[in-house]
Amino acid sequence: MPIRLLAAAAPVALLLSGPAAAAPDPTNWEAVLDEARGQTVYWYAWAGEQRTNDYIDWVAGRVEAQFDIALTHVKVGDTAEAVSRVLAEKQAGNHDDGNVDLIWINGENFATMKANDLLFGPFAGSLPNFALTHPEHNPEVVTDFTLPTEGYESPWGRAQITFYYDSHELRGDSDEVAAPPQDIPALLEWAEANPGRFTYPRIPDFTGSTFLKQALIELTDEEQALYAPVEESDFAAVTAPLWDYLDALHPHLWRSGRLFPATGPEMRSLMGSGELALAFTFTPSEPAAAVADFELPESTRSYVPKGGTLGNVHFVAIPFNSPHKAGAMVVADFLLSPEAQAHKQDLAVWGDHTVLDVARLDDETRALFALDESNPAMLPPDALQQTLPEPHPSWMTALQDAWQARYIGN
Amino acid sequence: MMLRLAPVLLVALLVVPILAGLGMALLPAFGYLPALGGDSLSLAPWRALFAEPGIWRSATISLASGLLATAISLAVVLLYLAAATGSRLDRWIRRLISPLLSIPHAAAAFGLAFLIAPSGLVARLASPGLTGWERPPDLLIVQDPWGLSLIAGLVIKEIPFLLLMSLAALPQLDPERRVAMARSLGYRPALAWWKVVAPSLYPLIRLPVYAVVAYASSVVDVAMILGPTLPPTLAVSILGWFSDPDLDKRFLASAGAILQLGVTATALAIWWGLERVASRLMSLWIERGGRRRGEVGLHVAGKLWILLATAIAFVGIAGLAIHSVAGFWRFPDALPGSFTAAHWARVLPSLAGPVASTALIALCATLLAMVLALAALENEQRRGRHPSRALWLLYLPLIVPQIAFLFGLAVVMEQLGTRPTHALVAFGHLLFVLPYVFLSLSEAYRRFDPRWSQLALTLGASCNGTFWRVRLPMLLAPILTALAVGLAVSIGQYLPTQLLGGGRVTTVTTEAVSLAAGGNRRVIGVWALVQAVLPLVGFILAVGLPRLLWSRRRGMQGAP
Repeated sequence: MPIRLLAAAAPVALLLSGPAAAAPDPTNWEAVLDEARGQTVYWYAWAGEQRTNDYIDWVAGRVEAQFDIALTHVKVGDTAEAVSRVLAEKQAGNHDDGNVDLIWINGENFATMKANDLLFGPFAGSLPNFALTHPEHNPEVVTDFTLPTEGYESPWGRAQITFYYDSHELRGDSDEVAAPPQDIPALLEWAEANPGRFTYPRIPDFTGSTFLKQALIELTDEEQALYAPVEESDFAAVTAPLWDYLDALHPHLWRSGRLFPATGPEMRSLMGSGELALAFTFTPSEPAAAVADFELPESTRSYVPKGGTLGNVHFVAIPFNSPHKAGAMVVADFLLSPEAQAHKQDLAVWGDHTVLDVARLDDETRALFALDESNPAMLPPDALQQTLPEPHPSWMTALQDAWQARYIGN
Repeated sequence: MMLRLAPVLLVALLVVPILAGLGMALLPAFGYLPALGGDSLSLAPWRALFAEPGIWRSATISLASGLLATAISLAVVLLYLAAATGSRLDRWIRRLISPLLSIPHAAAAFGLAFLIAPSGLVARLASPGLTGWERPPDLLIVQDPWGLSLIAGLVIKEIPFLLLMSLAALPQLDPERRVAMARSLGYRPALAWWKVVAPSLYPLIRLPVYAVVAYASSVVDVAMILGPTLPPTLAVSILGWFSDPDLDKRFLASAGAILQLGVTATALAIWWGLERVASRLMSLWIERGGRRRGEVGLHVAGKLWILLATAIAFVGIAGLAIHSVAGFWRFPDALPGSFTAAHWARVLPSLAGPVASTALIALCATLLAMVLALAALENEQRRGRHPSRALWLLYLPLIVPQIAFLFGLAVVMEQLGTRPTHALVAFGHLLFVLPYVFLSLSEAYRRFDPRWSQLALTLGASCNGTFWRVRLPMLLAPILTALAVGLAVSIGQYLPTQLLGGGRVTTVTTEAVSLAAGGNRRVIGVWALVQAVLPLVGFILAVGLPRLLWSRRRGMQGAP
């Protein structure tokens, strides 16, 4: 019976892989730095965006030079792959020699890992640079899709749905740029008037799923239900307006709603090739950055619809069985340093907004975070003030399943 | 007597992992996987599988694209051989086969996608002049729900493979004399080829054809780039379930892997049935004795289709090259408004690691495969054996769908706590490299004139001395070609790298495919171009080295 043999061999293989070091104590930062020296940290991070990958490469170079840590970016197409790996390791009895040391995460993936006790912590509060986020004034850096993070993940960047369009395309025959849609019902009217020029990423992509949530928040009468676990409400009743809306919207989408781009970046590439005239992103400065990269035309403009859009913070977390927790913590702390945060916000690099409380930084450091307002594709600085909070993570999964059951295979 | 063990070792290396992998897919498919809490047999995974939205559509598309891609590729190859043998086009195409074959599937798929997309090169060249399109038309071409673009992508890559296999088999049939005989009876040339050569050729290339059916019905990387999405093909769905954070989906994925095995087996069975029908129809056609009708049509089709397929492959690669240096490129401009090296500059720093891994894995797998293949062939020669009947086992890794057994292998490795390493990935590649190396070397090895070795033995050389000092140097050209084929096969592997490497081992192929989701055509252009160029280096060395080493012995420089 090969299965029996395998089951018997698994613990033996684990024994051979070496004794576990005791988990480092995050409060003794000097000891953490010492232990981290010479470690190799495997960082499982979504890799669908070249700019992000380049930034992580830069981080790898910096932590190598400053802390003698070898950081390897393990590129995943979906964060769920990394969660699945850690979960499988736990089930196989691998409690101290896992493959994943650091993971870029938020939302339902964080909820899954926390619920299954797959995370190391609390550690975030002990990171020296964490204080710069001033959580007492910015509760979003310690809240992930309504769930308190309790120090099990450390904030890294901010995202908010931002729409962008090609003003050259929307101008039509007149000189005036037609006003782009300002809410979800207006979006349907716009799509009817401009068939085939808008779409959203295929579910379960996170940008696409966020669009579903945005639409649901605006369309449903029971908004409050979204901020509690989905089991506590009547899913069908709460989401009925959403499905009516999507049924009406899909025939007017790109490819008549029979094909969806796989990700947000693919949607951007469709904007670049002129197939779409209106799109959205989760990274507010992405359109401006893409103009600088020749991916989008210079006539690109960004805006946040009047009622505000969903926004969230993304984090990094450390799995419970990481053999290099000290190294992972040092990397997480470096990611929060003004140097790393400012570099990340630089349009020429990535353009992801900082989680530091810039207003409370000293003058010299604050100057690092000045936004380049000369780029016409950039959002006006006050545009991101209308942020809608993310629903409970269970809604994400429920909406994804319902969407797939409804629209796959028809 | 290590040599005597070689054939056994070779077969064991191929068969054991496949059986183990299939076993580890079969047990969880019926709910048995103690590590994940499944300790009794049940049909629950199957019920869950059949409840998945669009599952039947996925399976049907896998089946249909496998059959259609094979039928079209085979037809194009046979039409070409009938119409063009001996012509100038023929010499030209023969020179292009190796580079064509060396283009990895993913790169060819990207090239095709960039070409035929509504905003692709073809639409740009025809717009707005011919079409009046000022912006890309809203047409569902790439990733269409019927899998047509997927089939097209597969056809482009399977034509060179079947052509190479046919060209290797043809000399045994002495086609020139057969055609001359038929022509003396009044048959026009292409008709003569179809009636007297094709029926004898097909049995010789049947196994490669089956390999194409199996590959096309279970491919992952091409289907991710060109295949339908709502739902995707069965193999792509399985990969998604395998990486789902809900571990119960692993049981579902195992059931899916077994279903994939069934789909491929069904495709092969249907193909076998089609063979019967085709052979009956062929006999009727041959017996009727028509000597002229259809000649012109056959002749034109024979040249047209292969030219089209070859042109698409190369223009596609050229398209990748243009994208990789394009500035902003508004539709319908035929060329980018500006050119920039920024994309290359951006990717270059992150290129080194994956290129090094790719080369390392490819070299290890190929060299190991070469040693095994040489040992098995040398053993065959010394013992005066005919090719053993176990040969069809070589085709096992090519006929059993990759996703069906690799998936089980990955589960085994994970349960054993094995860390994904380059060695593990190289071992996975060996399964697919070995058959190709063996097949491309065996023909030359067996046809090697035995009198050379006999002469060496009479002059007092030992068996080993003969091997090292006569056979090996004289066979340098085919050995290098086989190495180049092995390298190309390894470089193109996506699924074994992804599953056995656990995402930690990145090669240019996994990088290129993972970027597909990002849709940045410029960055994809860079990666896909690198991916296409790497195997080409191997082929250039394979052709160049013998000429360099044996520059004064023309007979040993290999085929021109």
